[in-house]
Amino acid sequence: MLLIRCPWCGPRNEVEFSYGGAADVVYPPDPDALSDAEWGEYVFVRDNPRGPFAERWVHTAGCRRWFRAVRNTVTHEFREES
Amino acid sequence: MTDDLMRSPLAGVTFTAPFVRELPFLAMVNLRVGTFPHPLPGPNRVGTLDGRDVLWLGPDEWLVVGPPGDAPAIETLLHQALGDTHGSVVDVSANRTTLAVSGPHARDTLAKGCPLDLHPSVFGPGHCAQTLLARAQVVLRQVDADPTYHVLVRGSFAPYLAEWLADATREFW
Amino acid sequence: MRLPSGGRIDRTTPLTFTVDGVTHTGYRGDTLASAMLANNVLAGPSIHLGRPRGIVAAGVEEPNALVQVGPEPMLPATTVELTDGIEATTLSGRGRLATPNDGYFDKTYAHCDVLVVGGGRAGLAAAVEAGRSGARVFLADEQPELGGSLLSTPDTWEWLDTVVAELASFPETRVLTRATVFGYYDHNYLSIAQRRPGGGRLWHVRAGRVVLATGAHERPLVFAGNDRPGVMLAGAVRTYLNRYAVRPGRRAVVCTNNDSAYATALDLLESGAEVLVADVRDEESALAALVRSAGGEVRAGTTVTGTTGSPWVTSVSLGSETADCDLVAVSGGWNPVVHLHSQAGGTLRYDDATAAFVPDVARQAHVSVGSANGELDPVHPLWTIPAADGSWDTHFVDQQRDATVADVLRATGAGMRSAEHVKRYTTIGTAHDQGKTAGVNTLGVIAEALGAGTPGPTTYRPPYTPVPFALLAGRDRGALLDPARVTPIHAWHVARGAEFENVGQWRRPWYYPLPGETMTEAVLRECRAAREGVGVQDASTLGKIELVGPDAGEFLNRMYTNAFAKLPVGTARYGMMCTADGMVFDDGVVLRLAEDRYLATTTTGNAAAVLDHFEEWLQTEWPDLRVHCTSVTEQWATIAVVGPLSGRVVGALAADLPPKFMAFVDTTVHGVPARVARISFSGELAYEVNVAGWHGLAVWEAVMAAGEEFGITPYGTETMHVLRAEKGYPIVGQDTDGTVTPLDLGMDWIVSKRKSFVGKRSLRRPDTARPDRKQLVGLLPVDPDDLLPEGAQLVAPDTPLDPPVPMLGHVTSSYRSAALGRTFALALLRSGRDRLGQVVHAPLADRTIAAIVTEPVFYDPEGTRRDG
Ligand SMILES: [Zn+2]
Repeated sequence: MLLIRCPWCGPRNEVEFSYGGAADVVYPPDPDALSDAEWGEYVFVRDNPRGPFAERWVHTAGCRRWFRAVRNTVTHEFREES
Repeated sequence: MTDDLMRSPLAGVTFTAPFVRELPFLAMVNLRVGTFPHPLPGPNRVGTLDGRDVLWLGPDEWLVVGPPGDAPAIETLLHQALGDTHGSVVDVSANRTTLAVSGPHARDTLAKGCPLDLHPSVFGPGHCAQTLLARAQVVLRQVDADPTYHVLVRGSFAPYLAEWLADATREFW
Repeated sequence: MRLPSGGRIDRTTPLTFTVDGVTHTGYRGDTLASAMLANNVLAGPSIHLGRPRGIVAAGVEEPNALVQVGPEPMLPATTVELTDGIEATTLSGRGRLATPNDGYFDKTYAHCDVLVVGGGRAGLAAAVEAGRSGARVFLADEQPELGGSLLSTPDTWEWLDTVVAELASFPETRVLTRATVFGYYDHNYLSIAQRRPGGGRLWHVRAGRVVLATGAHERPLVFAGNDRPGVMLAGAVRTYLNRYAVRPGRRAVVCTNNDSAYATALDLLESGAEVLVADVRDEESALAALVRSAGGEVRAGTTVTGTTGSPWVTSVSLGSETADCDLVAVSGGWNPVVHLHSQAGGTLRYDDATAAFVPDVARQAHVSVGSANGELDPVHPLWTIPAADGSWDTHFVDQQRDATVADVLRATGAGMRSAEHVKRYTTIGTAHDQGKTAGVNTLGVIAEALGAGTPGPTTYRPPYTPVPFALLAGRDRGALLDPARVTPIHAWHVARGAEFENVGQWRRPWYYPLPGETMTEAVLRECRAAREGVGVQDASTLGKIELVGPDAGEFLNRMYTNAFAKLPVGTARYGMMCTADGMVFDDGVVLRLAEDRYLATTTTGNAAAVLDHFEEWLQTEWPDLRVHCTSVTEQWATIAVVGPLSGRVVGALAADLPPKFMAFVDTTVHGVPARVARISFSGELAYEVNVAGWHGLAVWEAVMAAGEEFGITPYGTETMHVLRAEKGYPIVGQDTDGTVTPLDLGMDWIVSKRKSFVGKRSLRRPDTARPDRKQLVGLLPVDPDDLLPEGAQLVAPDTPLDPPVPMLGHVTSSYRSAALGRTFALALLRSGRDRLGQVVHAPLADRTIAAIVTEPVFYDPEGTRRDG
């Protein structure tokens, strides 16, 4: 049970959060300008690194804020950022 | 302002443990706003606004709690305070009911289902949190040092939570 | 035999118990094992070979003495506190969950600054030090009383009493006995199984720091016949002597490769036993003189090489000699209990001096102390002791699994080198004890067999000891397993005899059978009422979200496939939402309450997901949009009054009615504030009455009373499904499954060409735009009385049913229709719209149903009925 530090509510158990996948995947400002391949990349393709991974989490059972965190996928070391 | 057509989610439920009871029909108004002209409580704290309790729910979200029937007055108060500022004021009084759990066994009772640290050095009177109690999402606040806690829970989950509390308090009385 | 004095047992409280039906007596303070030993009771025979076995250890590491006590199977007798009237059955390695466990098991969360695991010498010292600092301390120990190995050394008991008293004086220190820390998870989260009278408690502890003072387990020596009853661990013999006043034998051979067993030898001598110490080390121990002066014999460079006796040991071979005995106390060294350190992600290293794995690097905030940290006597490692005849098939490595050195050699001979492979091949370490006495010896045997210098590493996973399922389940059983969410009108439905259906966590009325009515009859009756008279449904479970702010319309435009920014105040519009991949995510009606205020309704099961979806886009992509969302799902009870006579019923109660279809008014109904909308999910004239949740029941009852003269009929989700399916309205999650676009549903009209919305770009990806995608169609079985099962696969006629069968799609909804006088279905069908008028087959186990592909709208395709 990870202890995740919500930037607003403080440390809470993992069960209060939902996972939002990779962070820093920006919604394209003009989807129509993208090729099928580029759009497919945005929708479907994500990294799956071993080690530090920037992720989005949302404090579902608490303040419902989304935040960015860097989780080490090997050790589960967690660094939260708002 | 209540009427005899109103029925709380836990009407008819007998609480076996004497230190658990329902506080039905409390007025609750949800406020979401960026900047507000009056001071509002910070994270995990309860403040006051014109005699009402204000519970912090999130960085731009508060719950203003008053006595039964007070919601229209609270809405007016908030709208007036907002003026032209963008903010969301929504009456959610019937969305949740309130359970009071108090006395020497309150902390141990809640600890059976709430993963928060409720030790007095960490969570005391004037503190609040949105968290889980058993399998229900709740707003939990400590009211006094008895300790008395208020558990704000959605009406649909209230019968479940009442049953859970009846079970969790079984060993204490 | 029981010694006449000594021990920590309460001789004033004799207890009676049975093992395999035979009655024995023991004392309070005994374990079942100590009482069995006092009465010369054997453990159950071994699991595969049926060899007689005795008690070997005094703690959780016991490999043999498994018993069933009441509903609890697989309990080591060494961990069962003796109580009066226990009826134990010995087991041969396997138990059975014979009866439901009716014990009272619960769980609790706890938090502390320091969690000390183990209440022996090192743990007590750590707990006292932490307690004196005023920290919040948890001390958990698996035994009924604190002390650990000190309980086997009477000269320390005075110190023990002092320390225990001091711990009790710390207000923020909590001592848990009978509490096994069995799991160490991420971020210092630990699980403790506490045994309590009649059940137990599962503690979930979040600790600032953890002190692992878990002690060490002694290793057996691996010689021929080392499993014969009477061969015991030397430390265990000492525990039985001093703690329980049980002397397991009168003539003892103590065989050791280290100094620790000399204490056992001395204690045995003091109890009046004869003792011969066989020390495998060539150089004589400094302790040998003590043993001799107490009357014992010591032979250096000597080891037990075999045993005889049936069932109990009667003699041992010491090379070419034999020695008579009735007890063999062995010590092959000690294994620090590193399980929790390893579970926490800590690494281990092999220590040559103690021939054991000791904690190396901790990964979380934990520290190991005392013997758990490898503070142990040096040993002369001796992994195998050859027999005179060269055989290896009674050299037991894992007594619980009946696995011998011969089995390990078979594995390495087959080419296995990794301990993990050998474990799986031999099953060593896979029993209830997870190889606590076997593990390191096995690694040593493997290393020897492979000619490797030192044993390879191993890792440990939770649980440290077996945990009853009943404990993990706790109170999460029956009604407490999962919340049953109910509406404010629920009690009425129950009183009316409704059958209920689970929709997510909600309990929704499914149908309301009259006495003697079948479900089919009830649903046809309910459908007829809604089509011909008036029906009423509790729709309170629909998700409801208020969106407030000047940009609310723009935000909805981006979220829904159709447009909402220009929706007039006082009106409503049906909308559909996609995820970024273009697949249908949810649908519902959106009301515009004011210029800057909308109310979006969602499907029952998706309410939370839609709010999360809104918040995600608002917070992470468009924080500039001035709009806030608030869930009001339960603020409102929603009563759907449906049918040609619905206006008469609602009109009798409402001060005002909406002027037209897809309009609403804020008014009063039955004298309480209400929002009444003309919304129809059935194609009929229909009103949705929304009142505050606490008024829901009163207004429902008022609707029933007002509708009585019209024969108002309550209906449930099944009728609602039939009515909407007759109109071809899809249900998200039933007729869609995350792979269906609005275009697949034939709802091109709802997809805006002008504005941008989430998922729009995906709708022209080549795969999404394929003409041969599965599309929503209607099906009319050729036999109008034949009901297609939902989920039935569809194939073209004359398709051979030899796998792989080319499937065309499947039935998503299927009902009997009162209005149509026949059965009908909805289906997702490949190139469905090109197959209109064609026949498809649904091959079932016992027959094949033929059906004609149709448009998905079966009833009132012109939409003439919605205005009554
Ligand atoms: Zn939070």
